[in-house]
Amino acid sequence: MMDKLAFYFEHKFVWYALATAVLIALCSSFLGVTLVLKRFSFIGDGLSHVAFGVMSVATVLKLSNQTMLVLPATILSAILLLRTGQNAKIKGDAAIAMISVGALAFGYMVMNVFATSANVSGDVCSTLFGSISILTLSDFDLILTIVLSSIVVIVFVLFYNRIFAVTFDEAFSKATGLKTELFNLVIAVTTAIIIVLAMNLVGSLLISALVIFPALSSMRLFRSFKSVTVCSVILGVVCSFLGVMISIMAGTPVGSTIVAVQVVVFFAFWLTGAIAKKG
Amino acid sequence: MSLLTVKNLALGYDSHTIVDNINFAVDAGDYLCVVGENGSGKTTLMKTLLGLTGPMGGEIIAGEGFNKKEIGYLPQQTLIQRDFPAAVREIVLSGCLSGMGKRCFYNASDKAIAEKNMEKMGITHLADRSYRDLSGGQQQRVLLARALCAAGRMLLMDEPVSGLDPKVTLEMYELINNLNKEGMTVVMISHDISAAVKYANKILHIGGNVFFGSVDEFLASEAGKFLSGESVDKR
Repeated sequence: MMDKLAFYFEHKFVWYALATAVLIALCSSFLGVTLVLKRFSFIGDGLSHVAFGVMSVATVLKLSNQTMLVLPATILSAILLLRTGQNAKIKGDAAIAMISVGALAFGYMVMNVFATSANVSGDVCSTLFGSISILTLSDFDLILTIVLSSIVVIVFVLFYNRIFAVTFDEAFSKATGLKTELFNLVIAVTTAIIIVLAMNLVGSLLISALVIFPALSSMRLFRSFKSVTVCSVILGVVCSFLGVMISIMAGTPVGSTIVAVQVVVFFAFWLTGAIAKKG
Repeated sequence: MSLLTVKNLALGYDSHTIVDNINFAVDAGDYLCVVGENGSGKTTLMKTLLGLTGPMGGEIIAGEGFNKKEIGYLPQQTLIQRDFPAAVREIVLSGCLSGMGKRCFYNASDKAIAEKNMEKMGITHLADRSYRDLSGGQQQRVLLARALCAAGRMLLMDEPVSGLDPKVTLEMYELINNLNKEGMTVVMISHDISAAVKYANKILHIGGNVFFGSVDEFLASEAGKFLSGESVDKR
């Protein structure tokens, strides 16, 4: 077993995959706490489907660097979605559902009609569920992930107290002079960035899991915002690390393995929480 | 000059006016109760005073060097907060954010202010407890302590006793009354006419006919006779 691991870790791309998985998990679990508490769990889902739609367009156009199209388009939809959440005729959850399935259908149609490779269902499948085996990332992908995730972490640490205030009580924060629109914008943009980063790793259908599971698990056991945030980040990183290792050893798809680990951890935390409450 | 002077204010949303011609003034040390039927625009008035929504017409003038940022706001509880994992201390501290300018983290004086206000509200022993495990009355004290951290001279409260049982309601009223006696200006939206008449020194009634004046003037007015008579009979 150790031999097998040692063999894999002789390759650069395995290190790359592990590094990106951990970094993405770090950012998404940071953000997840706020999103879950603000009742925005589904925004990740909606945005990832938008990213899928744009990515299929990028594939058809044979763009060499898809991220450069997908990232701005997803950020734009994130801003639009959060805007509608505040004062729109179509309310938040309906708007997300609409954009989400619309983009999914559009993306699949584009991929089929303008098929660029012989294996359309294979392409679709890996965009939806992530790479089948360990992913191969270019130097550019890795650097992009490092830069963007550092930005996310710095923003979150600097504005931690304000993000807490806006999450807990938007009306009060706004009344006391906090620029809540700005913080909602920051949250929307970071969500979009994380989703685009995570698409390669777990695919667009499973991204929500990276965002919501660590937060939900920590909330079973911890009761202050700080402890929930810290625990959620640790859980995210550990689960992703384990997921990548297991997927290497067992040859399972990396995205769904990570999510499976998250689900197991959630049930473990839920059970511990339930027992602790009774005891 | 009053802290806040409201002239010919019209309220509404989506270019639909709910109520207009509101005139009143809040002086330092006042205890003003805003009463009126559901849907008469009480909450909209409060949001307009706070600058959360713009007025449809008229103006709100701040005087005596009063800044709207010095208002401590006690909103109605939202659904999100019911199961929010946050320690009492974290919530109370967040009231200090308004005075922090560009600073990112709390300093020693912010923490001292939070401790002082928790003590005032009698919740020091709950500081490390989680908000979602507290009773309704305790939660309301936490939010009031947070509002005090933000309040320089004025507290704005949106139905602070809704959903509380009679005993806790009375405690809450006494707590607010004490704050007022210590010099805090209080503006409160209320359904409870008898409490408004008991504690406040000024009443603003909006809806049907707009009334503003002292408690005695209110009791002598048509709206006052009708409303206080009705609420006294019910009890």
